[in-house]
Amino acid sequence: MTAYFGRRYTLSASHRLHSDALTPAENAAAYGKCNNPHGHGHNYVIEVLVGGPVAPETGMVVNLVDLDSVVRTRVLDRFDHANLNLDPLFTSLVPTTENLCRAIFKLLAGALPTATLEYVRVEETENNFFQCYNAGPELDELIARESAVVS
Amino acid sequence: MIFLTRRATFSASHYYWNPAWSEEENLRVFGRCANRNGHGHNYTLEVTVAGEPDRTTGFVVDLKWLKDVIEERIMTAWDHRHFNLEVPEFASTIPTSENIAIAAWQRLEPAITSAAGAQLARVRVYETPDIFAEYRGSRDVQLGEGQSRGEI
Repeated sequence: MTAYFGRRYTLSASHRLHSDALTPAENAAAYGKCNNPHGHGHNYVIEVLVGGPVAPETGMVVNLVDLDSVVRTRVLDRFDHANLNLDPLFTSLVPTTENLCRAIFKLLAGALPTATLEYVRVEETENNFFQCYNAGPELDELIARESAVVS
Repeated sequence: MIFLTRRATFSASHYYWNPAWSEEENLRVFGRCANRNGHGHNYTLEVTVAGEPDRTTGFVVDLKWLKDVIEERIMTAWDHRHFNLEVPEFASTIPTSENIAIAAWQRLEPAITSAAGAQLARVRVYETPDIFAEYRGSRDVQLGEGQSRGEI
């Protein structure tokens, strides 16, 4: 019997949306105020939904203490109060919230105890949010490269 | 297909305890939730039904009707109650958010299925604004089994 458990976290970070593949005029046209060279910040809300069987002895899909620990070590410690553009993942990838969402999905998928990651949703402001059900090949490759360097 | 969601709130108390375990084991796994005196939450229940809008009314279901179903099936049994002590489905099941979501589905699904044109698609139970559980019924499938995702 599959059920889902969801948890919301907050992290504050800065970013600048800028692509080296575009001219200054094209960057300004594509990203507007978000292209400001000095960057700007958000209080992001990260919503994580995991699915799996409900263990009869605990009544849980995942113990939230264990989920919190994984999200803290893999995501919050990395991105909270950081400049996203300086993270190695975003040297070749523009730190749009779409890409942040995919990066967080990839960092969490496979690291969760007892449950499967269903989606990651990132709310950039209360009126903007992004949700993904997989990370996509670009992030797969970037994080595989990062893991290879670490090991 | 349209997904239509109605929210309702209720307040209830509970604790987590597995009688097959020692006190130490219960405290280790459940932490403060194992306090046998119980504690409470303001829960938010989201009920999502799926169907095609009726050609005459434009409704998937009448929201007043859905409100009444939630009131009759859930609120009268759960609101201002102690899950462990007063709610029959938790006599021997731990009232975690996951199990509360499943129990809400089981209470609502027969009434909603019998209504023409709609089916229950999802039940979500928020224990706090940052903690929630969701159940989509027994026909739900795990990620990666080739079914379309993200419909709900």
